[in-house]
Amino acid sequence: MSSNKRIVVPGEVIEGITPSVQEFYAFNYGDTTRASMIGVLDIKQDGQTSFSPINGIYMPREGDVVIGLVTSHGVSNWFLDINSPYQAILSVQDFFGVRQNSQAPEDPFRYLQIGEFVKAKIAAFDRIRNPLLTVQDKGLGKIVEGSVIIIHPTKVARVIGRKGSMIETLKTTTGCEYFVAVNGAIHIKCDNKDLETIAETAIETIESQAHTSGLTERIKKFIEEERKIRGV
Amino acid sequence: MMARPEKFIDESGRRVDGRLPNELRPIKMQVGLLKNANGSALVEYGLTKVIAAIYGPRESQKSVSLPDRASLRVRYHMAPFSTEERKNPVPTRREIELSKVLRESLEPIVMTNYFPRTTIDVFVEVLQSDGGTRTVAATAASLALADAGIPIKALFGGVAVGKVDGVLVVDINEVEDMYGDADMPIVAAPDLNLVTLYQLNGVLSKDEFQEAFDIAMNAITGIVNMEKETLKSSYQVENKEGDLEK
Amino acid sequence: MSITPYRVPVVPKIKRDNYIKLYEKGFRTDERDFYTPRKISIKTNVLEKANGSSLVKLGNTTILAGIKIELGQPYPDTPSEGVLQVHAELSPLASSFFEPGPPDENSIELSRVIDRSLRDPRVIDFNSLIINPGNKAWVIWIDLYALNYDGNLFDASMLATMSALYTTRMPELEELETGEIKIKNKVSNRPIKINKRIVSVTTAKIGKYIIVDPNLDEEIISDTRSVLVFDEEGNIVGAQKTGMGSYTMEEINNTIEISSKASQVYFKLLEEALENEKLER
Repeated sequence: MSSNKRIVVPGEVIEGITPSVQEFYAFNYGDTTRASMIGVLDIKQDGQTSFSPINGIYMPREGDVVIGLVTSHGVSNWFLDINSPYQAILSVQDFFGVRQNSQAPEDPFRYLQIGEFVKAKIAAFDRIRNPLLTVQDKGLGKIVEGSVIIIHPTKVARVIGRKGSMIETLKTTTGCEYFVAVNGAIHIKCDNKDLETIAETAIETIESQAHTSGLTERIKKFIEEERKIRGV
Repeated sequence: MMARPEKFIDESGRRVDGRLPNELRPIKMQVGLLKNANGSALVEYGLTKVIAAIYGPRESQKSVSLPDRASLRVRYHMAPFSTEERKNPVPTRREIELSKVLRESLEPIVMTNYFPRTTIDVFVEVLQSDGGTRTVAATAASLALADAGIPIKALFGGVAVGKVDGVLVVDINEVEDMYGDADMPIVAAPDLNLVTLYQLNGVLSKDEFQEAFDIAMNAITGIVNMEKETLKSSYQVENKEGDLEK
Repeated sequence: MSITPYRVPVVPKIKRDNYIKLYEKGFRTDERDFYTPRKISIKTNVLEKANGSSLVKLGNTTILAGIKIELGQPYPDTPSEGVLQVHAELSPLASSFFEPGPPDENSIELSRVIDRSLRDPRVIDFNSLIINPGNKAWVIWIDLYALNYDGNLFDASMLATMSALYTTRMPELEELETGEIKIKNKVSNRPIKINKRIVSVTTAKIGKYIIVDPNLDEEIISDTRSVLVFDEEGNIVGAQKTGMGSYTMEEINNTIEISSKASQVYFKLLEEALENEKLER
């Protein structure tokens, strides 16, 4: 379906968008709806309009799977940096899947230490209290292998690419596994350290050159050449 | 020190730097130049150069945390090399006052209600000063906030209106500020018809005072249009790729 | 650095609504109309050791202004003019909202607005304050002390400044045989030369209403405030938007008209207060 896209800037009137309380990229002012952020307004032929901000802040949402870095801990919680305005909280009880603290190991903080990464789901967040994490779901928990690279959350879409084209390129050319969390943290698992380095460099390049065209092709070429040089 | 010119407006109606009374200096704008900041902008009006950087929102220190909104922290500062004679980097009373009025100009524009208990930092550094620094700072802050993706109600901009040889002139430079009869910095968001900062140093009649606002609003509308162009062309390339769709 | 205030008094929501309901009927809680300042009392020469002083009450807002004159050096860029220094102290004894410590942004803003309004419009004849061009000049120290804060420090401070200046007496000099210049008497009969009178008019924007001389409650519930300083000819000699909100152009034009009219009231009250002072002395 063809569509009409244009960039809008804060203060610009955007029609056909109903701002919700959760989304802060548009707001009502007098009898107009205006954008509060830079974004792409996409008016499709059938009249459907969508607005996607192209820079911004990661605001936690219930159900989001994020990767957080443990930065400190309290008596019965860890505190994690999840690349958002708010520090996230993971409880000892949740981490060990127990109902009471007494059922957890005596020295729980030895099992998850400051500086380690955790893949977790946002269980609750209402802006009044800090986001609460849970690891009690499939595939969640402490990250024990591979590496994590953190990029600006707005560049996540670029790493995934249109219909997943960029992430597919990364996968096929490196053979690594990638998990791109919405908060801009990317978990990479490769067969060897060299491939991991190549993958990291490729993602850093995508982040810094997000605004340039022909990026997918260039990334593909870069990875292939690097593999030849390193012989992996 | 700069000498006082004999005349501020010559026979052909031109000012000390050759401009007409309603003419702005050449304006340059650039966004996203500081990698560490969440958003940044460099704005120049003639020789006045100001850089702005945004950090946050990030969690506030408990003692200053507000339960229902983000706090704004604004620092207007002049670099030691920004002035004719080296300026001591210790903040002056002037810088403290300007930080306050600039913060108060941002308060009605930044949608702080979305980020309770956090702080949004707006750091502006005057790299070179040739008049109108606080208004250039406002323009730089507008671009940097937009670049940081912090929700704002509208883009805004600033300009200083002055009075020299009895004539109201727009976007005054340092000589016109220093020896002129009046200096009136104004910051506004023309899309919403909101004035968010004004000050006056000097003497104006009531009519001139009102006229100064009209002149400023006109000029700021042009400046904000430049901001829009700057942002659109900076982000246009990303859009062409189409990869940014969710 | 300036940060959004975090020690602000909380106003009950209902209070603002009630105030606005009253404004709709055309009056204020203290039985004033929108355009009239509170009762003003001015008492000058309240301090013996100062060259000039004044205690001003604007409603319950109380400001003590003390003027000290000392020998000093002119600024290099104005070698034939005296020196003006204005400082404001928002002393913790004036309000539970004021903290002890070095001047904060509010006190600096207040003193700088007063300073600018005196300096550029040349309210004081600075040339009369030069003793030896480029070398010796009188330094006028104006110190403003808030003793009780019930809103609108600007207008009260300006009245205190003007009335204190009017009663200020210059020190007396003597020249020693060595040619050195010394202060002989700290106070003489010679007044300080003043070119014109000015008054400050603060208005608050509350909803769609613009009201003159807000008291503390009105200041707290206001969206934003405007300070316009006028001379007797009706010129605007200083202006400052202070407070977090914004104005539309219509509101600004409205503010200018209202403030301009109110300035006449302030001038009359200043005049009367100074006249009464003369009679009492």
